[in-house]
Amino acid sequence: MFRKLSIAVAAIAFLAVSNTGNAAELYGTLKKIKDSGQIVMGHREASVPFAYMGPDGKPVGYTVELCYRVIDSVKKTLKMPNLKVKLVPVTSQTRIPLLANGTIDIECGSTTNNLTRSKQIAYLAVTFITGTKLAVKKGSGIKEIEDLNGKAVGLSLGTTNEKAIKRIAKVKGLKIKYHMVKDHPQGWLALVTDRVDAYATDHSLLAGLITSSKNPSKYEIVGRFLSYDPYGIMVRRDDSAMQLLGNTVLADLMRSGEIHKIYDKWFIKKIPGKPAVQLPLSHTLKVAFEVQALPY
Amino acid sequence: MEMKYNWDWSVLLCRPLAADSSSAAESGTDQSTGATEFGGGLLQTFDTGAECAQPYFDWIVSGLGWTVVVAICAWVITFSIGSVVGISRTVENRWVRAAAAAYVEFFRNIPLLVQMFLWFFVLPELLPKDAGRFVKRELPLPEYWTAIVCLGFYHASRTAEQIRAGIESIPRGQTDAGLAIGLTPTQVYRYVLLPVSYRIIIPPLTSDFMGIFKNSSVALTIGVLELTAQSRQIAEYTFNIFEAFTVATVLYMMVTLIVVTAMRFVESKVHIPGTIAMGDN
Repeated sequence: MFRKLSIAVAAIAFLAVSNTGNAAELYGTLKKIKDSGQIVMGHREASVPFAYMGPDGKPVGYTVELCYRVIDSVKKTLKMPNLKVKLVPVTSQTRIPLLANGTIDIECGSTTNNLTRSKQIAYLAVTFITGTKLAVKKGSGIKEIEDLNGKAVGLSLGTTNEKAIKRIAKVKGLKIKYHMVKDHPQGWLALVTDRVDAYATDHSLLAGLITSSKNPSKYEIVGRFLSYDPYGIMVRRDDSAMQLLGNTVLADLMRSGEIHKIYDKWFIKKIPGKPAVQLPLSHTLKVAFEVQALPY
Repeated sequence: MEMKYNWDWSVLLCRPLAADSSSAAESGTDQSTGATEFGGGLLQTFDTGAECAQPYFDWIVSGLGWTVVVAICAWVITFSIGSVVGISRTVENRWVRAAAAAYVEFFRNIPLLVQMFLWFFVLPELLPKDAGRFVKRELPLPEYWTAIVCLGFYHASRTAEQIRAGIESIPRGQTDAGLAIGLTPTQVYRYVLLPVSYRIIIPPLTSDFMGIFKNSSVALTIGVLELTAQSRQIAEYTFNIFEAFTVATVLYMMVTLIVVTAMRFVESKVHIPGTIAMGDN
Protein backbone atom coordinates (compact mmCIF):
# COMPACT_ATOMS: atom_id res chain seq x y z
CA MET A 1 0.00 0.00 0.00
CA PHE A 2 2.72 2.39 1.07
CA ARG A 3 4.75 1.31 -1.86
CA LYS A 4 1.87 1.91 -4.28
CA LEU A 5 1.32 5.34 -2.80
CA SER A 6 4.97 6.28 -3.13
CA ILE A 7 4.94 5.22 -6.77
CA ALA A 8 1.85 7.30 -7.35
CA VAL A 9 3.43 10.31 -5.63
CA ALA A 10 6.59 9.85 -7.60
CA ALA A 11 4.60 9.57 -10.79
CA ILE A 12 2.62 12.71 -10.00
CA ALA A 13 5.79 14.54 -9.02
CA PHE A 14 7.45 13.43 -12.26
CA LEU A 15 4.50 14.53 -14.33
CA ALA A 16 4.42 17.87 -12.55
CA VAL A 17 8.14 18.39 -13.06
CA SER A 18 8.09 17.35 -16.69
CA ASN A 19 5.07 19.54 -17.33
CA THR A 20 6.60 22.65 -15.83
CA GLY A 21 9.85 21.77 -17.55
CA ASN A 22 8.06 21.66 -20.88
CA ALA A 23 6.21 24.89 -20.27
CA ALA A 24 9.43 26.69 -19.42
CA GLU A 25 11.18 25.30 -22.47
CA LEU A 26 8.61 26.34 -25.02
CA TYR A 27 8.67 29.90 -26.23
CA GLY A 28 8.28 31.87 -29.43
CA THR A 29 7.15 29.98 -32.51
CA LEU A 30 7.01 26.52 -30.89
CA LYS A 31 4.85 27.85 -28.04
CA LYS A 32 2.58 29.57 -30.54
CA ILE A 33 2.23 26.32 -32.50
CA LYS A 34 1.50 24.34 -29.32
CA ASP A 35 -1.07 26.89 -28.11
CA SER A 36 -2.87 27.36 -31.43
CA GLY A 37 -2.70 23.72 -32.52
CA GLN A 38 -1.51 24.66 -35.99
CA ILE A 39 1.60 25.71 -37.88
CA VAL A 40 1.27 28.26 -40.67
CA MET A 41 3.49 27.80 -43.71
CA GLY A 42 3.98 30.83 -45.94
CA HIS A 43 4.82 29.81 -49.50
CA ARG A 44 5.52 31.48 -52.83
CA GLU A 45 3.16 30.63 -55.68
CA ALA A 46 5.32 30.90 -58.78
CA SER A 47 8.93 30.23 -57.82
CA VAL A 48 9.56 27.15 -59.95
CA PRO A 49 10.84 24.70 -58.73
CA PHE A 50 11.26 26.07 -55.19
CA ALA A 51 7.63 26.75 -54.30
CA TYR A 52 4.82 26.84 -56.83
CA MET A 53 1.24 25.68 -57.16
CA GLY A 54 1.10 22.05 -58.25
CA PRO A 55 -1.60 20.56 -60.52
CA ASP A 56 -3.78 19.81 -57.46
CA GLY A 57 -3.69 23.45 -56.32
CA LYS A 58 -1.38 22.75 -53.37
CA PRO A 59 2.08 24.29 -53.06
CA VAL A 60 4.91 21.96 -54.03
CA GLY A 61 8.59 22.36 -54.71
CA TYR A 62 12.11 21.90 -53.39
CA THR A 63 11.83 24.39 -50.52
CA VAL A 64 8.27 23.30 -49.72
CA GLU A 65 9.43 19.70 -49.36
CA LEU A 66 12.24 20.77 -47.01
CA CYS A 67 9.70 22.79 -45.01
CA TYR A 68 7.47 19.74 -44.62
CA ARG A 69 10.51 17.89 -43.19
CA VAL A 70 10.89 20.66 -40.62
CA ILE A 71 7.17 20.51 -39.85
CA ASP A 72 7.43 16.72 -39.31
CA SER A 73 10.11 17.38 -36.73
CA VAL A 74 7.93 20.03 -35.06
CA LYS A 75 5.15 17.42 -34.78
CA LYS A 76 7.54 14.97 -33.11
CA THR A 77 9.05 17.53 -30.76
CA LEU A 78 5.68 18.83 -29.60
CA LYS A 79 4.13 15.32 -29.62
CA MET A 80 1.34 16.59 -31.85
CA PRO A 81 1.06 14.03 -34.68
CA ASN A 82 -2.16 15.62 -35.92
CA LEU A 83 -0.78 19.16 -36.02
CA LYS A 84 -2.74 21.16 -38.58
CA VAL A 85 -0.68 22.78 -41.35
CA LYS A 86 -2.22 26.00 -42.64
CA LEU A 87 -0.98 27.32 -46.00
CA VAL A 88 -0.72 31.04 -46.68
CA PRO A 89 0.57 32.37 -50.03
CA VAL A 90 3.13 35.18 -49.72
CA THR A 91 4.85 37.54 -52.16
CA SER A 92 8.24 39.18 -51.94
CA GLN A 93 6.48 42.23 -50.46
CA THR A 94 4.42 40.42 -47.82
CA ARG A 95 6.80 37.72 -46.62
CA ILE A 96 8.64 39.82 -44.02
CA PRO A 97 5.64 41.62 -42.43
CA LEU A 98 3.62 38.39 -42.26
CA LEU A 99 6.47 36.57 -40.58
CA ALA A 100 7.15 39.47 -38.18
CA ASN A 101 3.54 39.87 -37.09
CA GLY A 102 3.00 36.16 -36.54
CA THR A 103 0.67 35.39 -39.47
CA ILE A 104 3.08 32.79 -40.82
CA ASP A 105 5.59 30.70 -38.84
CA ILE A 106 7.94 29.62 -41.62
CA GLU A 107 8.54 30.98 -45.13
CA CYS A 108 9.24 28.55 -47.95
CA GLY A 109 10.24 29.99 -51.29
CA SER A 110 13.34 31.44 -52.90
CA THR A 111 14.50 34.09 -50.45
CA THR A 112 18.11 35.25 -50.61
CA ASN A 113 19.83 35.11 -47.25
CA ASN A 114 21.61 38.40 -46.62
CA LEU A 115 22.78 40.37 -43.61
CA THR A 116 20.47 43.37 -44.04
CA ARG A 117 17.43 41.14 -44.04
CA SER A 118 18.68 39.29 -40.98
CA LYS A 119 17.92 42.40 -38.93
CA GLN A 120 14.22 41.52 -39.27
CA ILE A 121 14.12 37.73 -39.60
CA ALA A 122 16.32 34.65 -39.18
CA TYR A 123 17.37 32.07 -41.76
CA LEU A 124 17.83 28.34 -41.55
CA ALA A 125 20.82 26.73 -43.29
CA VAL A 126 21.56 27.62 -46.92
CA THR A 127 19.63 25.18 -49.12
CA PHE A 128 20.38 26.56 -52.58
CA ILE A 129 22.97 28.83 -54.14
CA THR A 130 22.49 30.90 -57.24
CA GLY A 131 23.52 34.28 -58.61
CA THR A 132 22.60 36.94 -61.13
CA LYS A 133 23.01 36.10 -64.82
CA LEU A 134 21.63 37.54 -68.04
CA ALA A 135 19.01 36.04 -70.32
CA VAL A 136 19.29 37.27 -73.93
CA LYS A 137 17.97 36.41 -77.37
CA LYS A 138 20.31 34.06 -79.21
CA GLY A 139 22.48 35.92 -81.70
CA SER A 140 22.31 39.19 -79.78
CA GLY A 141 26.09 39.21 -79.41
CA ILE A 142 25.85 39.80 -75.66
CA LYS A 143 28.20 37.55 -73.74
CA GLU A 144 28.92 39.45 -70.53
CA ILE A 145 27.56 42.47 -68.64
CA GLU A 146 30.23 44.63 -70.34
CA ASP A 147 28.48 44.02 -73.69
CA LEU A 148 25.38 45.78 -72.33
CA ASN A 149 27.07 49.20 -72.65
CA GLY A 150 24.56 51.44 -74.44
CA LYS A 151 21.87 48.75 -74.29
CA ALA A 152 18.76 48.21 -72.18
CA VAL A 153 18.38 45.68 -69.40
CA GLY A 154 15.25 44.66 -67.49
CA LEU A 155 15.52 44.50 -63.69
CA SER A 156 12.95 43.37 -61.16
CA LEU A 157 12.23 46.13 -58.65
CA GLY A 158 14.09 45.79 -55.35
CA THR A 159 15.84 42.48 -56.03
CA THR A 160 19.42 41.63 -55.15
CA ASN A 161 19.94 41.29 -58.91
CA GLU A 162 19.06 44.94 -59.42
CA LYS A 163 21.58 45.98 -56.80
CA ALA A 164 24.30 43.82 -58.34
CA ILE A 165 23.82 45.05 -61.92
CA LYS A 166 23.63 48.73 -60.97
CA ARG A 167 26.68 48.42 -58.75
CA ILE A 168 28.83 46.71 -61.36
CA ALA A 169 27.68 49.17 -64.03
CA LYS A 170 28.67 52.06 -61.75
CA VAL A 171 32.04 50.59 -60.87
CA LYS A 172 32.86 49.80 -64.50
CA GLY A 173 31.36 53.01 -65.89
CA LEU A 174 28.90 51.18 -68.15
CA LYS A 175 26.07 53.23 -69.69
CA ILE A 176 23.16 50.81 -69.32
CA LYS A 177 19.53 51.78 -69.71
CA TYR A 178 17.44 50.23 -66.94
CA HIS A 179 13.87 49.17 -67.33
CA MET A 180 12.29 48.36 -63.98
CA VAL A 181 9.64 45.62 -63.91
CA LYS A 182 7.24 44.48 -61.22
CA ASP A 183 7.85 40.74 -61.42
CA HIS A 184 9.61 38.04 -63.43
CA PRO A 185 6.83 37.36 -65.98
CA GLN A 186 6.80 41.06 -66.85
CA GLY A 187 10.57 41.14 -67.12
CA TRP A 188 10.38 38.21 -69.47
CA LEU A 189 7.68 39.95 -71.52
CA ALA A 190 9.94 43.01 -71.82
CA LEU A 191 12.68 40.78 -73.28
CA VAL A 192 10.29 38.97 -75.64
CA THR A 193 8.77 42.23 -76.94
CA ASP A 194 12.25 43.74 -77.52
CA ARG A 195 11.88 46.46 -74.94
CA VAL A 196 15.15 45.32 -73.40
CA ASP A 197 18.20 43.48 -74.72
CA ALA A 198 18.64 41.36 -71.60
CA TYR A 199 16.77 40.39 -68.47
CA ALA A 200 18.84 39.96 -65.33
CA THR A 201 17.79 37.78 -62.43
CA ASP A 202 18.78 34.64 -60.52
CA HIS A 203 20.28 31.99 -62.77
CA SER A 204 17.87 29.33 -61.48
CA LEU A 205 14.83 31.52 -62.19
CA LEU A 206 16.07 32.32 -65.71
CA ALA A 207 16.30 28.60 -66.40
CA GLY A 208 12.66 28.26 -65.31
CA LEU A 209 11.55 31.25 -67.41
CA ILE A 210 13.24 29.88 -70.53
CA THR A 211 11.88 26.33 -70.19
CA SER A 212 8.34 27.60 -69.68
CA SER A 213 8.52 30.17 -72.53
CA LYS A 214 6.84 29.59 -75.89
CA ASN A 215 10.07 29.23 -77.80
CA PRO A 216 12.86 28.07 -75.47
CA SER A 217 15.40 27.61 -78.27
CA LYS A 218 15.37 31.36 -79.02
CA TYR A 219 16.87 32.37 -75.67
CA GLU A 220 20.05 31.67 -73.76
CA ILE A 221 21.65 32.45 -70.41
CA VAL A 222 25.02 34.16 -70.72
CA GLY A 223 27.86 35.57 -68.65
CA ARG A 224 29.49 34.91 -65.32
CA PHE A 225 27.69 35.07 -61.99
CA LEU A 226 27.25 38.75 -61.12
CA SER A 227 26.15 38.23 -57.53
CA TYR A 228 26.09 35.57 -54.85
CA ASP A 229 22.57 34.64 -53.75
CA PRO A 230 22.27 31.88 -51.16
CA TYR A 231 18.66 30.90 -50.50
CA GLY A 232 17.29 30.00 -47.09
CA ILE A 233 14.04 29.17 -45.31
CA MET A 234 12.95 32.07 -43.11
CA VAL A 235 11.78 31.88 -39.48
CA ARG A 236 11.17 34.61 -36.89
CA ARG A 237 14.27 36.19 -35.40
CA ASP A 238 15.25 35.85 -31.71
CA ASP A 239 13.86 32.32 -31.73
CA SER A 240 16.85 30.01 -31.40
CA ALA A 241 14.69 27.00 -30.42
CA MET A 242 12.83 27.06 -33.73
CA GLN A 243 16.02 27.85 -35.63
CA LEU A 244 17.87 24.95 -33.99
CA LEU A 245 15.01 22.57 -34.72
CA GLY A 246 14.99 23.57 -38.40
CA ASN A 247 18.77 23.50 -38.78
CA THR A 248 18.92 20.06 -37.14
CA VAL A 249 16.50 18.71 -39.74
CA LEU A 250 18.49 20.25 -42.61
CA ALA A 251 21.85 19.09 -41.18
CA ASP A 252 20.46 15.54 -40.91
CA LEU A 253 19.36 15.63 -44.56
CA MET A 254 22.76 16.95 -45.66
CA ARG A 255 24.71 14.45 -43.53
CA SER A 256 22.73 11.46 -44.75
CA GLY A 257 22.91 12.61 -48.36
CA GLU A 258 19.15 12.59 -48.63
CA ILE A 259 19.28 16.23 -49.70
CA HIS A 260 20.84 15.06 -52.99
CA LYS A 261 17.79 12.90 -53.71
CA ILE A 262 15.46 15.80 -52.95
CA TYR A 263 17.59 18.05 -55.16
CA ASP A 264 17.45 15.59 -58.06
CA LYS A 265 13.69 15.23 -57.64
CA TRP A 266 13.09 18.95 -58.20
CA PHE A 267 16.00 20.13 -60.36
CA ILE A 268 16.78 17.18 -62.65
CA LYS A 269 13.65 15.06 -63.06
CA LYS A 270 10.25 15.98 -64.45
CA ILE A 271 8.33 17.96 -61.83
CA PRO A 272 4.55 18.10 -61.25
CA GLY A 273 2.82 20.26 -63.83
CA LYS A 274 6.02 21.69 -65.37
CA PRO A 275 8.86 20.55 -67.64
CA ALA A 276 12.13 19.51 -65.98
CA VAL A 277 14.34 22.43 -64.92
CA GLN A 278 17.56 20.48 -65.60
CA LEU A 279 19.92 22.37 -63.34
CA PRO A 280 22.69 20.03 -62.15
CA LEU A 281 24.01 20.44 -58.59
CA SER A 282 26.71 23.11 -58.68
CA HIS A 283 30.08 22.58 -57.07
CA THR A 284 29.48 25.45 -54.64
CA LEU A 285 26.17 24.04 -53.44
CA LYS A 286 27.65 20.55 -53.06
CA VAL A 287 30.36 22.00 -50.83
CA ALA A 288 27.74 24.02 -48.93
CA PHE A 289 25.80 20.83 -48.18
CA GLU A 290 28.97 19.18 -46.88
CA VAL A 291 29.95 22.15 -44.73
CA GLN A 292 26.50 22.51 -43.22
CA ALA A 293 26.15 18.80 -42.33
CA LEU A 294 27.00 19.58 -38.72
CA PRO A 295 27.59 16.64 -36.33
CA TYR A 296 25.74 16.04 -33.06
CA MET B 1 1.75 37.09 -30.26
CA GLU B 2 3.91 40.16 -30.03
CA MET B 3 5.42 41.52 -33.19
CA LYS B 4 9.05 40.65 -33.83
CA TYR B 5 10.16 43.72 -35.71
CA ASN B 6 13.14 46.05 -35.44
CA TRP B 7 11.85 49.57 -35.89
CA ASP B 8 14.59 51.76 -37.32
CA TRP B 9 13.63 55.10 -38.79
CA SER B 10 17.23 56.17 -39.23
CA VAL B 11 17.67 54.09 -42.39
CA LEU B 12 15.42 56.53 -44.20
CA LEU B 13 17.58 59.50 -43.31
CA CYS B 14 21.08 58.12 -43.50
CA ARG B 15 23.53 59.07 -46.25
CA PRO B 16 25.86 56.58 -47.89
CA LEU B 17 29.47 57.02 -46.84
CA ALA B 18 31.81 58.29 -49.51
CA ALA B 19 34.35 55.63 -48.53
CA ASP B 20 31.90 52.87 -49.44
CA SER B 21 32.05 53.52 -53.16
CA SER B 22 35.84 53.75 -53.26
CA SER B 23 36.28 50.43 -51.49
CA ALA B 24 33.82 48.90 -53.90
CA ALA B 25 35.72 50.29 -56.85
CA GLU B 26 38.91 48.62 -55.63
CA SER B 27 37.20 45.33 -55.07
CA GLY B 28 35.71 45.64 -58.52
CA THR B 29 39.06 45.89 -60.25
CA ASP B 30 40.54 42.75 -58.73
CA GLN B 31 37.41 40.83 -59.38
CA SER B 32 39.30 38.28 -61.45
CA THR B 33 40.97 36.99 -58.27
CA GLY B 34 37.60 35.97 -56.84
CA ALA B 35 38.09 32.52 -55.39
CA THR B 36 34.60 31.20 -56.01
CA GLU B 37 32.67 30.72 -59.21
CA PHE B 38 30.62 33.70 -58.14
CA GLY B 39 32.88 36.31 -59.71
CA GLY B 40 30.59 39.12 -58.72
CA GLY B 41 30.60 38.04 -55.11
CA LEU B 42 33.36 40.40 -54.09
CA LEU B 43 31.65 43.28 -55.84
CA GLN B 44 28.49 42.69 -53.94
CA THR B 45 29.75 41.97 -50.47
CA PHE B 46 30.21 45.63 -49.63
CA ASP B 47 26.76 46.53 -50.77
CA THR B 48 24.19 44.28 -49.17
CA GLY B 49 25.53 44.38 -45.63
CA ALA B 50 25.98 48.13 -45.45
CA GLU B 51 23.54 50.03 -43.27
CA CYS B 52 23.40 53.06 -45.52
CA ALA B 53 24.00 51.45 -48.86
CA GLN B 54 21.83 53.91 -50.76
CA PRO B 55 20.50 57.47 -50.29
CA TYR B 56 17.02 56.30 -49.34
CA PHE B 57 15.83 59.79 -48.44
CA ASP B 58 16.69 60.99 -51.96
CA TRP B 59 14.73 58.05 -53.37
CA ILE B 60 11.62 59.14 -51.47
CA VAL B 61 12.01 62.74 -52.64
CA SER B 62 12.46 61.60 -56.24
CA GLY B 63 9.48 59.24 -55.92
CA LEU B 64 7.29 62.00 -54.56
CA GLY B 65 8.48 64.26 -57.39
CA TRP B 66 7.49 61.72 -60.04
CA THR B 67 4.12 61.12 -58.38
CA VAL B 68 3.39 64.84 -58.55
CA VAL B 69 4.71 65.27 -62.10
CA VAL B 70 2.85 62.24 -63.46
CA ALA B 71 -0.38 63.20 -61.70
CA ILE B 72 -0.33 66.84 -62.80
CA CYS B 73 0.53 66.04 -66.43
CA ALA B 74 -2.20 63.39 -66.43
CA TRP B 75 -4.60 65.92 -64.94
CA VAL B 76 -3.97 68.33 -67.83
CA ILE B 77 -4.89 65.56 -70.28
CA THR B 78 -7.85 64.55 -68.14
CA PHE B 79 -9.23 68.05 -67.95
CA SER B 80 -8.81 68.76 -71.68
CA ILE B 81 -10.20 65.47 -73.00
CA GLY B 82 -12.77 65.23 -70.22
CA SER B 83 -14.15 68.67 -71.11
CA VAL B 84 -14.42 67.89 -74.82
CA VAL B 85 -16.01 64.49 -74.22
CA GLY B 86 -18.28 65.74 -71.43
CA ILE B 87 -19.62 68.61 -73.52
CA SER B 88 -19.96 66.31 -76.53
CA ARG B 89 -22.28 64.11 -74.49
CA THR B 90 -24.77 66.97 -74.15
CA VAL B 91 -24.83 68.36 -77.71
CA GLU B 92 -27.70 67.95 -80.21
CA ASN B 93 -25.74 65.92 -82.80
CA ARG B 94 -26.49 62.23 -82.21
CA TRP B 95 -23.21 60.94 -83.69
CA VAL B 96 -21.04 63.18 -81.56
CA ARG B 97 -23.03 62.08 -78.49
CA ALA B 98 -22.58 58.41 -79.39
CA ALA B 99 -18.84 58.79 -79.95
CA ALA B 100 -18.45 60.53 -76.61
CA ALA B 101 -20.53 57.87 -74.86
CA ALA B 102 -18.42 55.14 -76.46
CA TYR B 103 -15.26 56.83 -75.18
CA VAL B 104 -16.64 57.04 -71.65
CA GLU B 105 -17.83 53.43 -71.54
CA PHE B 106 -14.61 52.10 -73.05
CA PHE B 107 -12.23 53.85 -70.68
CA ARG B 108 -14.43 53.64 -67.60
CA ASN B 109 -15.20 49.94 -67.84
CA ILE B 110 -11.68 48.54 -68.22
CA PRO B 111 -9.65 48.29 -65.01
CA LEU B 112 -6.84 50.83 -64.81
CA LEU B 113 -4.24 48.11 -64.27
CA VAL B 114 -5.29 46.39 -67.50
CA GLN B 115 -5.26 49.69 -69.39
CA MET B 116 -1.74 50.42 -68.14
CA PHE B 117 -0.67 47.02 -69.43
CA LEU B 118 -2.39 47.49 -72.82
CA TRP B 119 -0.81 50.91 -73.40
CA PHE B 120 2.63 49.73 -72.43
CA PHE B 121 2.92 46.19 -73.80
CA VAL B 122 0.26 45.85 -76.48
CA LEU B 123 0.07 49.24 -78.22
CA PRO B 124 3.72 49.29 -79.43
CA GLU B 125 3.17 45.86 -81.03
CA LEU B 126 0.19 47.19 -83.02
CA LEU B 127 2.15 50.13 -84.42
CA PRO B 128 4.21 49.85 -87.61
CA LYS B 129 7.57 48.26 -86.88
CA ASP B 130 9.64 51.47 -86.90
CA ALA B 131 7.15 53.40 -84.81
CA GLY B 132 6.91 50.53 -82.32
CA ARG B 133 10.68 50.39 -82.07
CA PHE B 134 10.78 54.16 -81.50
CA VAL B 135 8.24 53.94 -78.67
CA LYS B 136 10.02 51.01 -77.06
CA ARG B 137 13.64 52.11 -77.36
CA GLU B 138 14.34 55.63 -78.62
CA LEU B 139 11.63 57.58 -76.84
CA PRO B 140 13.17 58.83 -73.60
CA LEU B 141 11.35 57.62 -70.46
CA PRO B 142 8.73 55.55 -72.32
CA GLU B 143 7.14 54.22 -69.12
CA TYR B 144 6.55 57.75 -67.81
CA TRP B 145 4.84 58.95 -71.00
CA THR B 146 2.75 55.82 -71.12
CA ALA B 147 1.66 56.25 -67.52
CA ILE B 148 0.71 59.90 -68.04
CA VAL B 149 -1.32 59.19 -71.18
CA CYS B 150 -2.99 56.13 -69.67
CA LEU B 151 -3.94 57.90 -66.43
CA GLY B 152 -5.10 60.96 -68.36
CA PHE B 153 -7.36 58.97 -70.71
CA TYR B 154 -8.76 56.85 -67.90
CA HIS B 155 -9.63 59.76 -65.63
CA ALA B 156 -10.98 61.81 -68.57
CA SER B 157 -13.86 59.33 -68.83
CA ARG B 158 -14.80 60.06 -65.23
CA THR B 159 -14.33 63.82 -65.55
CA ALA B 160 -16.44 63.80 -68.72
CA GLU B 161 -19.32 62.27 -66.77
CA GLN B 162 -19.02 64.94 -64.10
CA ILE B 163 -19.01 67.72 -66.67
CA ARG B 164 -22.06 66.20 -68.35
CA ALA B 165 -23.81 65.97 -64.99
CA GLY B 166 -22.89 69.59 -64.27
CA ILE B 167 -24.32 70.79 -67.59
CA GLU B 168 -27.46 68.68 -67.24
CA SER B 169 -28.08 69.98 -63.72
CA ILE B 170 -28.77 73.44 -65.16
CA PRO B 171 -32.51 73.84 -65.87
CA ARG B 172 -33.47 73.50 -69.53
CA GLY B 173 -35.10 76.92 -69.30
CA GLN B 174 -31.71 78.67 -69.24
CA THR B 175 -30.70 77.11 -72.57
CA ASP B 176 -34.07 78.07 -74.07
CA ALA B 177 -33.76 81.61 -72.71
CA GLY B 178 -30.29 81.91 -74.17
CA LEU B 179 -31.41 80.71 -77.58
CA ALA B 180 -34.48 83.00 -77.37
CA ILE B 181 -32.37 86.11 -76.94
CA GLY B 182 -30.45 85.18 -80.09
CA LEU B 183 -27.34 83.38 -78.79
CA THR B 184 -25.92 80.62 -80.96
CA PRO B 185 -25.67 77.15 -79.31
CA THR B 186 -21.91 77.71 -78.90
CA GLN B 187 -22.56 81.00 -77.17
CA VAL B 188 -25.12 79.34 -74.89
CA TYR B 189 -22.43 76.91 -73.76
CA ARG B 190 -19.76 79.59 -73.51
CA TYR B 191 -21.75 82.22 -71.62
CA VAL B 192 -24.57 80.35 -69.87
CA LEU B 193 -23.99 76.65 -69.27
CA LEU B 194 -20.26 76.14 -68.82
CA PRO B 195 -19.46 79.01 -66.41
CA VAL B 196 -22.02 77.65 -63.96
CA SER B 197 -21.55 73.92 -64.49
CA TYR B 198 -17.76 74.03 -64.03
CA ARG B 199 -18.32 75.79 -60.73
CA ILE B 200 -20.92 73.24 -59.62
CA ILE B 201 -18.63 70.29 -60.25
CA ILE B 202 -15.58 71.56 -58.37
CA PRO B 203 -16.20 69.16 -55.42
CA PRO B 204 -16.36 65.97 -57.55
CA LEU B 205 -13.46 67.26 -59.68
CA THR B 206 -11.47 67.58 -56.46
CA SER B 207 -12.07 63.92 -55.64
CA ASP B 208 -11.00 62.99 -59.12
CA PHE B 209 -7.86 65.10 -58.94
CA MET B 210 -6.98 63.36 -55.67
CA GLY B 211 -7.80 60.07 -57.36
CA ILE B 212 -5.17 60.72 -60.03
CA PHE B 213 -2.49 61.16 -57.36
CA LYS B 214 -3.49 57.91 -55.73
CA ASN B 215 -3.95 56.00 -58.98
CA SER B 216 -0.54 57.12 -60.19
CA SER B 217 0.78 54.34 -57.94
CA VAL B 218 -0.56 51.81 -60.49
CA ALA B 219 2.17 53.11 -62.82
CA LEU B 220 4.72 51.19 -60.80
CA THR B 221 3.54 48.07 -62.62
CA ILE B 222 5.11 49.35 -65.84
CA GLY B 223 8.27 50.53 -64.12
CA VAL B 224 7.55 54.16 -63.19
CA LEU B 225 9.63 54.89 -60.09
CA GLU B 226 7.03 56.96 -58.26
CA LEU B 227 6.43 57.13 -54.53
CA THR B 228 4.99 53.64 -54.02
CA ALA B 229 7.64 52.05 -56.22
CA GLN B 230 10.41 53.81 -54.33
CA SER B 231 8.94 52.76 -50.96
CA ARG B 232 8.75 49.22 -52.22
CA GLN B 233 12.31 49.48 -53.40
CA ILE B 234 13.48 50.79 -50.02
CA ALA B 235 11.48 48.06 -48.26
CA GLU B 236 13.22 45.41 -50.35
CA TYR B 237 16.67 46.92 -49.89
CA THR B 238 16.49 47.51 -46.13
CA PHE B 239 13.64 45.19 -45.09
CA ASN B 240 12.36 48.11 -43.01
CA ILE B 241 9.01 47.69 -44.71
CA PHE B 242 6.79 49.40 -42.17
CA GLU B 243 8.93 52.55 -42.03
CA ALA B 244 9.07 52.91 -45.82
CA PHE B 245 5.32 52.52 -46.29
CA THR B 246 4.46 54.73 -43.31
CA VAL B 247 6.42 57.55 -44.93
CA ALA B 248 4.66 56.92 -48.25
CA THR B 249 1.25 56.95 -46.54
CA VAL B 250 1.94 60.23 -44.78
CA LEU B 251 3.23 61.83 -48.00
CA TYR B 252 0.18 60.71 -50.01
CA MET B 253 -2.08 62.17 -47.32
CA MET B 254 -0.14 65.43 -47.35
CA VAL B 255 -0.34 65.71 -51.13
CA THR B 256 -4.07 65.03 -51.22
CA LEU B 257 -4.67 67.48 -48.36
CA ILE B 258 -2.84 70.15 -50.36
CA VAL B 259 -5.05 69.32 -53.35
CA VAL B 260 -8.21 69.62 -51.24
CA THR B 261 -7.09 72.93 -49.75
CA ALA B 262 -6.13 74.34 -53.14
CA MET B 263 -9.44 73.30 -54.71
CA ARG B 264 -11.39 74.79 -51.76
CA PHE B 265 -9.53 78.01 -52.37
CA VAL B 266 -10.37 77.94 -56.07
CA GLU B 267 -13.98 77.20 -55.23
CA SER B 268 -14.30 80.13 -52.85
CA LYS B 269 -12.55 82.48 -55.31
CA VAL B 270 -14.80 81.73 -58.27
CA HIS B 271 -18.19 81.32 -56.62
CA ILE B 272 -21.08 83.41 -57.89
CA PRO B 273 -23.36 84.75 -55.15
CA GLY B 274 -27.00 83.76 -55.60
CA THR B 275 -26.41 80.65 -57.72
CA ILE B 276 -26.16 77.00 -56.68
CA ALA B 277 -22.46 77.22 -57.51
CA MET B 278 -21.78 79.05 -54.31
CA GLY B 279 -19.34 76.74 -52.60
CA ASP B 280 -19.24 76.55 -48.86
CA ASN B 281 -20.27 80.07 -47.91
